[in-house]
Order: sequence, then C-alpha cells, then structure tokens
Amino acid sequence: MSLNPSDAGVVVIGGGIAGLAVCEAVRERDALVPVTLICAEPRLPYDRVRLSEILVSGASAETLQLRPAEWFEDQHVTVVTDAWVAQVDARARTIALADGGPTITYTSLVLATGSNALLPPIPGIDQPHVHAFRGPEDCDRIREAAVSARRAAVIGGGLLGLEAARGIASQGCAVTVVHLMDRLMERQLDAGSAGLLQDTLAMDVELNRQTAEIAPDHLRFADGDELEADLVVVSIGIAPETTLARAAGATVNRGVVVDDALRTSLPDVYAVGECAEHRGRVHGLVAPILEQARVAAAALTGDGAAAYAGTIPSTKLKVAGVDLFTVGDAEGDGQAVAMDAADGVYRKLATRDGAACGAILLGDLRGAEALSTLVRRGERVADALAALAASLEAGPAEMADEVQVCNCNGVCKGDIMAAVTERGATTPREVMAMTRAGTGCGSCKALVVDIVALAAGGEVADEPHYLCPCKQQTREDLAALIRADGLESVSDVSRACGTGRECGACKPALAYLVSEINANRHREERDARFINDRVHGNIQKDGTFSVVPRMHGGVTTPAELRRIADVAEKYDIPLVKVTGGQRLDLLGVRKQDLPKVWEELGMPSGHAYAKAVRTVKTCVGSDFCRFGLADSMGLGVEIEREWEGLHTPAKVKSGVSGCARNCAEATIKDIGLVAVGDDQWQVRVGGAAGGSVREADVLCTVDSRAEALRVSTTFLQYYRENADFKERTYDFVPRVGLDAIRAAVTDPATGAALRERFRLAKAAATDPWLERREPYHPHQFTNPDDEDGAARPALVGPPTGGAR
Amino acid sequence: MTYACPVDAIPTGEGRTVTVDGHRVALFRTAAGWYAIDRACPHAGGPLADGIAADCSVICPLHERRFALDTGAPIGHDGPGVRAHHVEVRDGRVYVAIGVPATEGVPAAA
Ligand SMILES: Cc1cc2nc3c(=O)[nH]c(=O)nc-3n(C[C@H](O)[C@H](O)[C@H](O)COP(=O)(O)OP(=O)(O)OC[C@H]3O[C@@H](n4cnc5c(N)ncnc54)[C@H](O)[C@@H]3O)c2cc1C
Ligand code: SF4
Ligand code: FES
Repeated sequence: MSLNPSDAGVVVIGGGIAGLAVCEAVRERDALVPVTLICAEPRLPYDRVRLSEILVSGASAETLQLRPAEWFEDQHVTVVTDAWVAQVDARARTIALADGGPTITYTSLVLATGSNALLPPIPGIDQPHVHAFRGPEDCDRIREAAVSARRAAVIGGGLLGLEAARGIASQGCAVTVVHLMDRLMERQLDAGSAGLLQDTLAMDVELNRQTAEIAPDHLRFADGDELEADLVVVSIGIAPETTLARAAGATVNRGVVVDDALRTSLPDVYAVGECAEHRGRVHGLVAPILEQARVAAAALTGDGAAAYAGTIPSTKLKVAGVDLFTVGDAEGDGQAVAMDAADGVYRKLATRDGAACGAILLGDLRGAEALSTLVRRGERVADALAALAASLEAGPAEMADEVQVCNCNGVCKGDIMAAVTERGATTPREVMAMTRAGTGCGSCKALVVDIVALAAGGEVADEPHYLCPCKQQTREDLAALIRADGLESVSDVSRACGTGRECGACKPALAYLVSEINANRHREERDARFINDRVHGNIQKDGTFSVVPRMHGGVTTPAELRRIADVAEKYDIPLVKVTGGQRLDLLGVRKQDLPKVWEELGMPSGHAYAKAVRTVKTCVGSDFCRFGLADSMGLGVEIEREWEGLHTPAKVKSGVSGCARNCAEATIKDIGLVAVGDDQWQVRVGGAAGGSVREADVLCTVDSRAEALRVSTTFLQYYRENADFKERTYDFVPRVGLDAIRAAVTDPATGAALRERFRLAKAAATDPWLERREPYHPHQFTNPDDEDGAARPALVGPPTGGAR
Repeated sequence: MTYACPVDAIPTGEGRTVTVDGHRVALFRTAAGWYAIDRACPHAGGPLADGIAADCSVICPLHERRFALDTGAPIGHDGPGVRAHHVEVRDGRVYVAIGVPATEGVPAAA
C-alpha cells in the first residue's frame, strides 16, 4: 500500500537502533510513504552496541553512526535532530515538540524511545563520580575519570557491567566488579560457567554484595564491609522510557504494552525496541529489536498477517579474549555439560521436557549456530550429550537452511545460499551487502564466508585472508580488536587473540598493525621485528648487512658522495652499487659496524631494508630536460621528504616523470606521477616491475602539483590502512578495485580523515638510524663474541672483475 | 658447562651468536627461558640468532625454515635439524654445555 505523499505518513520517535530499523523496514516495503524520524540527540542514529569502543579508544560517537547522512536523503527519510517530543495526541494524530517546536501530524506513529539506565536509590548515587553506562557522554566521562581514578568499581556483573569494567581496565585503572547475585551474568549462565568465566576474566569480582551506600571514595555494603572506589559505574539494568506513552493514555506496565503486531493500545500507535513490552517481556538486545521493527513496518504498511512471536534471547560477550555465547534458558530439567577447566572451556546443552531450551558455550564457540537452532526450534533431543558432541562437527554443509547464521540481522543459511545461487552474488562482500549478514557485531563473518564458499561450489573470490593461520582472524578483525581494546603492543595482541601465545610467523605483521593503528605511538617490541628492522639494514646471504642512505629524489651533492666514498673505504665495504631506485648501496657491512657507518655518513636511513617508503625515483624534468613539462625532480624530493620514515604493508617504490617519455619509469611504480602539461599530473597506482610486471592504473589526473602530492599521500595512507601485510600495491589495487579506492581517496571527508591519520603517523616517525646514538638495547648491534674479537665470517665480495 | 655471556647481553625475546668452547651457538633469551642451538642454519648457513623467536621455535632470517628451540628439530619441513645445547643461568651469568642435549621442554630459568 502506498500512501499519498501529501499524507502525514509515518513518524518515528527516537533515533536509536530501533527507530532507524523501523525507517529502514518501512522503506523496504514502501518507497513513497513519507517517513520522519525524530531524534532527541544532536546526531544521527549510532550503533549503541559498539559504545564501549568510545570508552576504550576515545573515538567520537560519529564514528559509530549507523547510516550516513546521504542515506536519509536518498531514502527520503526526514530527520529532525535535537528535538524532544513533549506530547502525543492520539485523537488528533499529532505530536508536539518541546520548547515550542512545531506540531507534527502522523498517519502512523512508532514509539522507539528506548530506555534509560536503571539507577537504584542508593544513598550517594547522585555524586559526580557515579556514572551510568548508556550513552557516548557517559563513555567520555568514564574514560576521563579512569585516567586519574585510583580504583574503580562497577556495580552490576551482567553483560554490560563486564564490558564497562573491561573498558575501564583498558585505561589502566584497577577495577572491581560488584555483583548482587552469587554468580556473574546469572540470567544467562549457570554456576559452573559463571565460575569459569570469572577465572577467565582475571578481574576482581565481589559476589553477593549489596551496595548500601556510595561514599566519595568507597562503597559500603549492606554487611558493613567497604570497598575503595573513587570512580563508580552503575550497570544493573534498564528502565524503559514510557513517559510519552503513559501521558498519551497508552497501556504501560514495565514497558509500553504491545500486541503481536507491535500495536499499542492507542490507534495507529506502535512501539518497538527497549521501550516496548511484548507478552510480558522487554527485550534489551538488538536481534529482537530488528525483528520487531520488521513486523511493525509490515503491520503499518498494511500487512495484516505480520506477527511477532517473541525472540529467544542469545548473547555474545564482547570482551577481548573471552569467547562466550549463550542462547535461551540454560537451566532446564535435563542437561549435558562438557568442561575442561584448565583450558577454560565449558559447553552445555539444556533441555526441558525433552526439548532443547538453552545452551552455553565458553572458550570454544564451535557449533554455536547448530545449538542455537536446536534451541530456537525447541527440537526434541533424545541424547543431549550426543547432540552436544555432534555440534562440534557441524560444518556449514551439515547446517539446515533455516539455521540462523547472523543473529543481529536474522539471516539464515538459506538466505546466504540464495544470494549466491539465485541473486548472482559471487563474493562474501557482495553477499554481506545484499543480505546484511555479518554486518552487525561481525562475529559470524567467518561462517558467512564458509557458506558462500559452499554455495559457490568451493570457490570464492575473496576468502577471508587470515593474517596468520594461528589466529584465524583477518586483518580487519584484528584491527578492530586493537582499536576496541586500545592494544598497544604485539604481546598485548598475541595475548588477546588466537591461541593467546606469540607466533613467529605473524609477529612482524602484528608489529606493523599495532604501529599503524596507533599512528606510531605504539609500544615498540623489537623481538617482533624481522632482523632488518631490528638493526635497520638489509640482511644479506652471508649474514652481513647493506646500507642505503636516503637521497631524496635521487639528488645528491659532491660532499655527500665524498663522504660515502670515505666511509666505504674506512669500513672495508666490499661493494658499492647504484640501486634500481637511483640510490647508493653499501654492501657487506658487519652488524656491529652499522652504528659507526651511519654516524660517519650523517645521512638519514633510506629504509632500503624495510617494508616502508623506499625511494621516489625522478627524471631531471623541466630543470634541465628539453622536453620537461614540469619540475619532476622538485616534486620527487618533496614527496620523498613527506613520506620518508613511514612503514607500509610492503615496500613502496615511487617515481616522478616530467613528461610522457617517462624516464623515471613512473608507470611501473607503486605510486607514479607523470606530468602531462599545464601543471597537470597523472597519478598512477599499483604498478610493478618486479617478479610480476604490472602497469600502474591511472587513479586520476589533477590540476596542480600540490594536488598531485595530496592525492598520492591520501592513496598511500589508504594502502597503509587497508592492505594485508606483505601485500604489494599491484595485488592490493586489483583486489580492492580501482573504483573503490578512487571513491575513498577523492571523497573530501574520507580523504581528509586519511590525511589526518597520515599526519599523526608521520609526526611520530623518527629516523631509525638515530639509534646509533640511543640504541634500543645496549646490545642491539652486538653479539657477545664480537666483543671478543671473533673472526669475521667470509664475505661474498664483489663480482669478479670487482666494483672498486 | 662453559660461561657464555652475562644475562643482560641479550635483549628479551631475541637471540645472539656466542662462542662457547670454540663452537658458535645461537643463544636465545625468551620470555619462557634460555635456549641454545647451533648458530648456522643447515639450509644455507643463515644466522639463526638473527631469526624471530616465538613459542619455543625460531625462524631462519634467510629463507624462513623453522626449528624447535628446545630440541633443534625442524618444524614444518623435512630438512635436517640443528643440535640443541644445555643452558644454565647462575648469578646473572649464562652457561652452555655443548653437546649436552637440552632437557626437552624445560628451558633454563627466564
Ligand atoms: C554499552 C552497550 C553495549 C551493548 N551491547 C549489546 C550487544 O552486544 N548486543 C545486543 O544485542 N545489544 C547490546 N546492547 C543493547 C542495545 O544497544 C539496545 O538494546 C538497543 O540499542 C536499544 O535500542 P532502542 O532504539 O530501543 O533504544 P535507545 O538506543 O535507547 O534509543 C531510544 C532513543 O529515543 C530517544 N528518545 C526517547 N524519548 C524521546 C522523546 N520524547 N523525544 C525524542 N526522542 C526520544 C532517546 O534519546 C534515544 O536516542 C548494548 C547496550 C549498551 C548500552
Ligand atoms: S620524462 Fe620527460 S622530462 Fe623527464 S627526463 Fe624524460 S624526457 Fe625529460
Ligand atoms: S639459510 Fe636458513 S632457511 Fe635458508
């Protein structure tokens, strides 16, 4: 049914996850009906589920925005921000905004007013050091306080309380979780799993504690004991926001009472999300909210059959390093439990009257989908132990089509299969865009990829590219983890994921990742770096090193050349060679001589050993060349200065040519610039003349030298942030697609953000050769036996016929 | 048992080459403890002390062959392994016994 556009249409109150979901669901069914979303906050709806990222990283709420402003424009959804609805008049079908704002007429009204954090009337709860954990402002305040607090307490040992505690701990503040009940997360866990979870979390937990008073520097419990705390976060539950509904005369219990079509007792007024009470339950999780939004949208666009039957709750704990999944009610009358306390693994399937009713998986999430399907369908389980064991083996092929894979968006295996077999998707990425599977909390992504592979007959275009088999996590997953938990070193990351142990194969990749994400303000751990990056030289086949000082743009001076020659003679350097990138390479330097060689060269490192920006090759350009259309040398020098010192996923070689004759071979560089006249520059990316030869793609042609520098730098940062470790641009560009890269790099907003992150990283970059004076470790360049004057290993030496 | 070097001559997590009784060995100081194996990779003589050490193994810096630090056994390839030697730490000094097999899985104190 399409309404006449001049009709008042659908008005949604509340810009939370529920409000937005209703707008989306209405639009999916009806392109024409006017939709208005009224948000009390000054911002567009954001993803509250990821709120703790703000607590951990200090990011702004805007980074969690669910849909960009353009989406609302494209979909003709009118958004009114900063607007509080003061009154609903169900007879006149109008709502009134506070502060004398306009009155708005509606055809259908949806209340998505959510809830507020529950704050019990404990004496002292209104003090400034006591916070709720509900909105971005709370996170900012908690974060700020956590920096200077001596000791924090979180009241409430449920899902959110544990997340809050982990967030506070990530700021380096000691924290205790205070819980009223005899175990953590008592609504989801049984005693066995709760105990094991407590061990896994390695956090101070006080159980059976009723807080009687909050003093400025401590909590006092009902039994008289005290706990030191000058920062207190209260997370004991939610109170549905029902003020509007109540005043308008709707039936309200704990939440606004709705029927199976999400209708309230008022005509054409619906309620969805945490403000609604359906069959006596208020749901405080995203999955049921999205389901409700779909049903409400169906009902209010005229689908009389739409009905919501309730949702069996399932939860995943979003705390790094802890795998916990629960579904349904784990306290049945029958149960099968498998536990390995030493490994922190607990697996349980509970049954009631012979039917699956709940499951808990801690420390080993295999079979989560299979078990949750048993529970959702209430399937009869003859042998719970056998079913529990079988779930371990359940691969995507064995799963039934109705098995729900993505709990956030309610996508089943069948939907994913159909996206490939019927709707023509070929990659997991396309399937995710089409079905939205995997786009919520992301925990089902790996399974989505497996199912796409299954549907495509085993072949998928982009399988998850695990950073390392030991972690079974993609670069994106790890990056998200590092950001969310504010991890600053390789050992932190190793502890937080995979097997929890370090792995030599991926340490260097993790070292790059932590430095990139922390904009070089990470905690450097040298043992995670390849030998080249530990001593800043390129290891050669005989164990000696080669040294390439930086010569910006390949331009040098007689004095510099003289110094290089002197150093080569003094340190008995067997070979001096001009590299393919127009630099001078001193080969065969002994490790312990490196600091002295650098000192005497007095030049910065050329990073010829590193996954970093190596050289910007230039032609002579308009300065001397009779064809030159632009100052290629000058631009090359400028670019190299701008980029030097920055690490990249793989080595980056660049070139600048002054005209299409292309003497600097810029069209086969990772990033190449070619002057095409009138101060215009062609910016090319993804070229190579190494093991594989690839002509660089034209990213764009720009109108000025400054713009050429800007676009190239933006691309460099995009590559730094998105490529897999060791992935050269010639693999990266075709994989990601030139269009996607161009969109990101040339978009003013994302481009500016990329350049800002580039600036931060660059500001923290230093010349590694300065370690000659301030070594990272006193024995960074020496072996204990060098000091004993041990024999020098035989060198490879120059080719016969010699270089010198 | 021969004195090799002081404990702090090797940064934690890294390895260094030391000469013990005329043998050049790669000595590692990992978070879990100390290990010593032959210095040269049997593949092409790579300096194993310069490799990346983690999880009781080292990866040769030249062509990435991997060896167990406690036994010297090759990991993930069929080539030959290297000898592992016994290490002991006393009073901040590291001692190595060449040719005395290391006790499997038991490193010297960290
Ligand atoms: C830190 C945190 C982590 C979470 N993690 C998870 C998780 O991992 N998984 C999961 O499923 N769930 C999680 N949740 C729960 C989930 O976020 C909520 O269930 C969901 O966001 C509720 O959405 P909502 O739209 O119903 O309510 P809300 O998000 O509360 O939105 C309601 C909106 O209505 C506005 N409003 C209220 N009254 C008015 C008025 N009179 N006029 C105008 N506007 C009004 C409010 O300002 C608010 O913006 C988490 C919640 C938090 C706080
Ligand atoms: S590329 Fe053009 S400007 Fe540069 S040296 Fe060659 S001919 Fe001259
Ligand atoms: S020399 Fe060690 S792997 Fe080749």
